[in-house]
Amino acid sequence: MNLSRLLKRHLHPYRRTIEIVILFQALQTIANLMIPTLSADLINDGVLVGDNDFIWRTGGIMLLFSAVQVLLAVAAMYFGSRVAMGFARDIRRDLFHQVTDFSAREVGHFGAPSLITRITNDVQQVQMLVVMGVTMMIAAPITMVVGTVMAVREDVGLSIVLAVAIPAIVVSLGAIVLSMVPSFQKMQIRIDHLNTVLREQLTGIRVVRAFVREPQETKRFADANEDLTVVALRAGRLMSLMFPTVGLVVNLASIGVLWVGADRIASGDIEVGSLIAYLSYAVQVLFSVVMVTFMISMIPRASVSSDRIMEVIDTDTTVVAPTNPVTALTERGTLEFRNVGFRYPGAEQPVLANISFRIEPGQTTAIIGATGSGKSTLVSLVSRLMDATEGTVLVDGVDVRQLDPDLLWGKIGYAPQKSYLFSGTVASNLRFGKPDATDAELWEALDIAQASDFVQAMPDGLNSEIAQGGTNVSGGQRQRLAIARALVVRPEIYVFDDSFSALDLTTDARLRAALAPHTTESAMLIVAQRVSTIRHANQVLVLERGQLVGVGTHDELIETCPTYAEIVQSQDVREVAA
Amino acid sequence: MSDDTTTGELGSDLVGADDEDLLIAQAAVEARRGGVGHGNKIGMPVEKSDNFVATLKRLGEILGREAWLLMVVFGLTLASVVCVVVGPRLLGKATDVIVNGVTSGGIDFGQLHRQLGWVAALYFAAWALSAAQSWLLAGVVQRSMYGLRESVEHKINRLPLSYIDRHSRGDLLSRVTNDIDNLSQSLSQTVSTIVQGILVLIGVAIMMFLVSPLLALVALVMVPVSLGLVKYIGAKARPRYLSQWRYTGVVNGQAEEVFTGHAIVKSFGRQRQAEEKFEGDNDQLYEATFGAAFVSGLIQPLTVFVGNLQFVMMAVVGGLRISSGAITIGDMQAMIQYVRQFSQPMTQLASMASTFQSGIASLERVLELLDAEELSDEQADTVDPQPVQGRIAFDHVSFSYLPDQPLINDLSVVAEPGQTIAIVGPTGAGKTTIVNLLMRFYELDSGSISIDGRDIASMPRAELRKKIGMVLQDTWLFGGTIRENLAYGNPDATDEQIIEAARATYVDRFVRRLPDGYDTVINDEGDNISAGEKQLMTIARAFLADPSILILDEATSSVDTRTEVMIQEAMNALRASRTSFVIAHRLSTIRGADVIMVMESGRIVEQGSHDQLIEANGAYARLYNAQFAGQAT
Repeated sequence: MNLSRLLKRHLHPYRRTIEIVILFQALQTIANLMIPTLSADLINDGVLVGDNDFIWRTGGIMLLFSAVQVLLAVAAMYFGSRVAMGFARDIRRDLFHQVTDFSAREVGHFGAPSLITRITNDVQQVQMLVVMGVTMMIAAPITMVVGTVMAVREDVGLSIVLAVAIPAIVVSLGAIVLSMVPSFQKMQIRIDHLNTVLREQLTGIRVVRAFVREPQETKRFADANEDLTVVALRAGRLMSLMFPTVGLVVNLASIGVLWVGADRIASGDIEVGSLIAYLSYAVQVLFSVVMVTFMISMIPRASVSSDRIMEVIDTDTTVVAPTNPVTALTERGTLEFRNVGFRYPGAEQPVLANISFRIEPGQTTAIIGATGSGKSTLVSLVSRLMDATEGTVLVDGVDVRQLDPDLLWGKIGYAPQKSYLFSGTVASNLRFGKPDATDAELWEALDIAQASDFVQAMPDGLNSEIAQGGTNVSGGQRQRLAIARALVVRPEIYVFDDSFSALDLTTDARLRAALAPHTTESAMLIVAQRVSTIRHANQVLVLERGQLVGVGTHDELIETCPTYAEIVQSQDVREVAA
Repeated sequence: MSDDTTTGELGSDLVGADDEDLLIAQAAVEARRGGVGHGNKIGMPVEKSDNFVATLKRLGEILGREAWLLMVVFGLTLASVVCVVVGPRLLGKATDVIVNGVTSGGIDFGQLHRQLGWVAALYFAAWALSAAQSWLLAGVVQRSMYGLRESVEHKINRLPLSYIDRHSRGDLLSRVTNDIDNLSQSLSQTVSTIVQGILVLIGVAIMMFLVSPLLALVALVMVPVSLGLVKYIGAKARPRYLSQWRYTGVVNGQAEEVFTGHAIVKSFGRQRQAEEKFEGDNDQLYEATFGAAFVSGLIQPLTVFVGNLQFVMMAVVGGLRISSGAITIGDMQAMIQYVRQFSQPMTQLASMASTFQSGIASLERVLELLDAEELSDEQADTVDPQPVQGRIAFDHVSFSYLPDQPLINDLSVVAEPGQTIAIVGPTGAGKTTIVNLLMRFYELDSGSISIDGRDIASMPRAELRKKIGMVLQDTWLFGGTIRENLAYGNPDATDEQIIEAARATYVDRFVRRLPDGYDTVINDEGDNISAGEKQLMTIARAFLADPSILILDEATSSVDTRTEVMIQEAMNALRASRTSFVIAHRLSTIRGADVIMVMESGRIVEQGSHDQLIEANGAYARLYNAQFAGQAT
């Protein structure tokens, strides 16, 4: 069971603290069990007989016990809270670690919104169970055992009441809890869904507004909201039956004690005093049963959540770091594909098949091809966002799967198709791949990326604020910052996935001109749409439906590759002529 | 009255229905208190206490929508409290029957069983009343939470884009999911217990004064102590709860951001740094949740201690009074019962106070979002009777995102009906801003934009946007089938219309290759559709919406040029009768435009047709020739 695996695994580091909590809780419970006895003595032998000395003495002892109990309870609370909150923190950390370890495929499989719910809301559900466990689950069994022993010592015959009442509580609460399980399962899924809908509305807010889809989006949200409310209400109502039902059983049990006890008194088996004592012990025992049952009632939701947490933790990333990474590199600044293929599991058609090419230091290879021909997939194999399913990708002469990932990533400067900036400043984004880069290095990269003008014009220059995703700068500016971010790394291999398409032609040309002197020892892989961007590449690869249909220079391909000729044809007539 | 009798009544008192309810509910509180944190707006200062009262008022308004049901809940609670108070009394009487029977030589079983029967009936009544009460309350709470989530969603539709752009998405999401979830759990646990607890307290206090005003005063002297304690700890717990929920928002935001930019984090080898940052926030959340749990966890043991103190004080004072003969043993016995009955709900209320505070801290975060400044009010919906001609005029338009950085300066331009206006210029010249202004995503600083002579500022935004079809550089598709996504701007479109639009925009071609065709489910992260294909779908989407005015902002930048040429033909047909604004870097896309506007630093530096501008040999000609600059290097 996932819940017990999760608990075992993440409570293990806290076992010493848990032992302390158990000790304190046990002592606290015993002190607590003493207090009713003391207060009964205080009344019976002190107040009612008017023995003031006895009142003072017993009162003092009682306060002493009470004070000790408070101290123990506070200490147990301190350590218990440390354990429960530390437990939750560790799970969040592990989940985060796991997700950052994932390849793009696993992230796509779960979806970001679901991963977000799992890391906060689901962890919280399990944490609640642990808090409950460390703060009271230790007291409950002690109370139960001590209470039962004391009760049975008073009168064995009366135990028939407990023998009926305990199963009655377990059965009635059990029935309620079991009927809540399906609701809890649905609840987490529906929180996920609500999260997804709302996140989509936030990311697509411009489109939603442009198409005046607010009413439909509101409806979509309302549906998700309604779905969630229905299950939450069902769970809430079942939950609302729990407390009154437990109260009823306990109350009926005390009636039962008097009913049966009267017979036993009449037959001379017990004294009135024993009956009264039995009653208070019985209530304590039943109450501890309630506590245990209550905790059990939290298991369904926690269990659903731990399944969702463990599902993430148990998912192995398809891109694993090598156990014995190769450190001796034979080459520097080269990239090679050898018969590379990529296919999604279960897919009929491969996305890429039989791709081979090699880029020498200082050379540029460009990839051009129709929408959906596999260009982005090819690029994502270089930095191991995904791994090739056939053949090998070699960086500096070594299979990327044999390289230490940090070493590999340090060699690659990557500018993605969809440029994404992180919230922070211009500088913090630029230093993304090289945290210790100096301001001068940043400006140099900005100069090359043709971005220094607008960064200078920003009120705080390098320290200007960037919103999440980079939404506060224009599309072209974001693209240039993303390119500069890749340049700061001073990589051995540049990978530009259609990074120039959002730039105007002037900027594109200037950027490439400025970049050239810096790439004499690096391999450059460019995905592009414009012929002008790639016509001077040393090598152009023409992709069509995952296959290489042409390899060569611009001039060669115009002659030999009909697909390439068509692409050129489709672009400005003057470009072709020139 | 014998010792046994007294003890008997004390014993039976322990069985009072309130005790179990309270203790069970405490269990729930314990669990809740540990509830993992959720967060507040980043950088938000620690709340002042008057906010608490204001938030309470708002809570009253939210729950008050079902005022009549709440009255019913209140009535049921009152009735069940009566049962709870009367129950132990009757059970005590049953004990008396047994005790009297023992002393008089024979138990009157008839009377005992009748008595116990009544008590059982009372307990069943209490069960029915409190079950009904909780049942109804669960409805009130859940419907209120539904309403609250709904308000947030409505709010998002009314917030200016600048607000959404500036805030962490993960934090906004956390407010809707985590904070409202927390509020709902804390309300369902606390509301009925608080009401019930207060009623029990009042009832018991009245009874105590009836029995012995002096002892009642002695008993009640501890009430201010308890209240002071609750208040003191509450004041300590409150900022901790606020920071608990604030850091939940931060952690949620950090997770959201990194999971969204996952590919970049990976390929820049930033995994470790992202983890370090996350761990920093995660540790803050840990400290905040620990602080909140520990501080509020102090309340319960401390109030229990105060209760015991109170008990001993009563015993001492009572003992002395009995010795001096001022009160009877019976009175003393009753008082002690009441003191016990009094301290339970007191402890209970104290525990509930902290759970309640956690909920209020969350509510505050939700209200903070709900209170953010909204878009300017719309004028009443006026239906425009005339069909759109499509004459668009920018008249001395100025705009800046930041006050000290003017972006668009005194821009004037007119697009005649049916014309295609191309906007070119270097990145950051303000091209996309023109789109934002025309769509009223942002409002002008000065000047006006009119369509067919009507100022767009006086038009309802929905009416304005319905006239305009927009294709943006950033593709966005929602989680749904391709069919649903295509029909996004025209939900009434028939399948034929959808396929026709898909054919015209070359979407049909790749959709047919997908195993599920038009029923293929896609999402924003989806890897089954390429970026270019997504862009084609956004074009098809605009195609199907059939707007009067078209805006194409780098609509085909990720589409390969051969496909683009084909789309161009379809778009030419689409553009024929519409006024269009086209932003593109590919000059092939804009060459056929009627007017080409060349923008630099928020101004139009040149405008005219392609041939005119080439002839003029100015900025456009330079731009046009620039693509050959690469050749020189």
